[in-house]
Amino acid sequence: MHIIESGNVAAATGVKLSRVQVIAAYPITPQTPLTEKLSEFVESEQLTAQYIPVESEHSAMAVCIAASTAGTRAFTATSANGLLYMNEQLHWAVGARLPIVTCVVNRGIGAPWTVWNDQQDSMAQRDVGWIQLYASDHQQIIDSVIKAFRLAQTVSIPVMVCYDGYLLSHTYMPFDLPEQSEVDAFLPPFVPKHFLDPENPGNFNTVTLPDVRPGVDGTMRPGYIEIRHNLHQDLRAALDSYAEIDREFEQRFGRGGSPFVEQYRCDDARFVAVAVGSLSYQLRDVIDTMREDGIAIGVMGVQMYRPFPDQAVASALAGKECVIVFEKALSYGNQGPLYSDIKSTLYRMDDRPIIHNYILGLGGREIKTQQLLDALTESCARPAAIEDTPRWIGLKLQEEHHG
Amino acid sequence: MATKTYCEMISRSQPGPGDGGNTGSWRVKRPIIDYDKCIPAKTKKRACFTCWLLCPDCVVSKTIPPAINLDYCKGCGICAEECPAGAIEMVDEASQTGKEK
Ligand code: SF4
Ligand code: SF4
Repeated sequence: MHIIESGNVAAATGVKLSRVQVIAAYPITPQTPLTEKLSEFVESEQLTAQYIPVESEHSAMAVCIAASTAGTRAFTATSANGLLYMNEQLHWAVGARLPIVTCVVNRGIGAPWTVWNDQQDSMAQRDVGWIQLYASDHQQIIDSVIKAFRLAQTVSIPVMVCYDGYLLSHTYMPFDLPEQSEVDAFLPPFVPKHFLDPENPGNFNTVTLPDVRPGVDGTMRPGYIEIRHNLHQDLRAALDSYAEIDREFEQRFGRGGSPFVEQYRCDDARFVAVAVGSLSYQLRDVIDTMREDGIAIGVMGVQMYRPFPDQAVASALAGKECVIVFEKALSYGNQGPLYSDIKSTLYRMDDRPIIHNYILGLGGREIKTQQLLDALTESCARPAAIEDTPRWIGLKLQEEHHG
Repeated sequence: MATKTYCEMISRSQPGPGDGGNTGSWRVKRPIIDYDKCIPAKTKKRACFTCWLLCPDCVVSKTIPPAINLDYCKGCGICAEECPAGAIEMVDEASQTGKEK
């Protein structure tokens, strides 16, 4: 059944269909109506879950950690500074290997205070060890949430489902609502391997010594470095698992097939624009215009950012002349984070493409299609040298004003 | 493609004696119970047991008289501080070493 609703309702409905058991959320700024919708679902008994309003995002994740450790399916959502406040607990959740799912509604972070869209919040969390999925439209939001719960419990690693604040969260679009029975068949209940069990008491994640040592039962117990190595290995393996999950989702629901990167008119392209989220769809219009002018260009949207799908990126970009990376985030003092990752993926190729980086849209600055067209036209005209200093789009600098 | 089975590694341990080693070796002060003052010892009644209740390491037994397991007592002094009868004295560990435990 198709409905027309906001991106936040798409996310909340995905969470409901996933039969989440515990929702913990901080209810005010920078929260979005996604969690309001969930509290409505719980209140009206459309969803049987415990809804726990907390006093901070740090506590929201702490409650999810506790709920997940007790063996239930847990969810929270946040944005911007709320995600940053959650940071310490994000590290904890992944070290404890808990299959929590969190929606991050992408927004800029303060200071100065902003509530508008960019992707600095989740990009700044790329090294915590969570899996990161990015949706480009409402259908991908609801589908990604359902797939995220399945992936999280398959690999025992928490998953962030990220989507653009306002551009997707507050706009209305038609999308298909999966049947509950189909979701139930796709997403079995969460059966934890270890959980808080009064019949079988255990200590979880207490001080873990630098070296391995025998436990009370005499078996060797891993040290910190072994536990972290295991997480990294499983994150790499999660790429294959996600491809399988996406394939199964496609068989059941008829959507999917591009779990890592979504390519548009890339096959015969000499140039490829790259972006994350809704911007990759906006770029499709630009690509169509440039194609009419005879420029062989395509666009690649990155759907999974961590673990980084390097093989999918490499095979999409092999043999291209120039790759142009547009980012609503920046590793301050260096370059765009996605740019760095793509560059490192291309490094091993003999005939590697030239790569350009553009920073745009920070703090909700409007991205005009004409600006994208101008930038791409310029990049296609000078595919000569790699440029590690990013160019900025849409800056309105007035030298005389500095506060 | 063969579906991988994950065996996630987490830090999980069973509670048990000495999971953290013999913490008694950390002690610089040793609690000694004076059974002439200790309420259950004196009255032969199951009473008080404040030390049993409050010891953070659970090394005081709920017995008549109460006894302290010095293999794990860290010498924090909480029992001595809380004993309503003033029956527990913290003495220098060094003065006790070599004496029978
Ligand atoms: S607290 Fe003092 S009086 Fe009470 S049981 Fe312990 S030693 Fe005896
Ligand atoms: S309270 Fe402290 S000093 Fe007393 S028995 Fe327990 S560990 Fe030892």
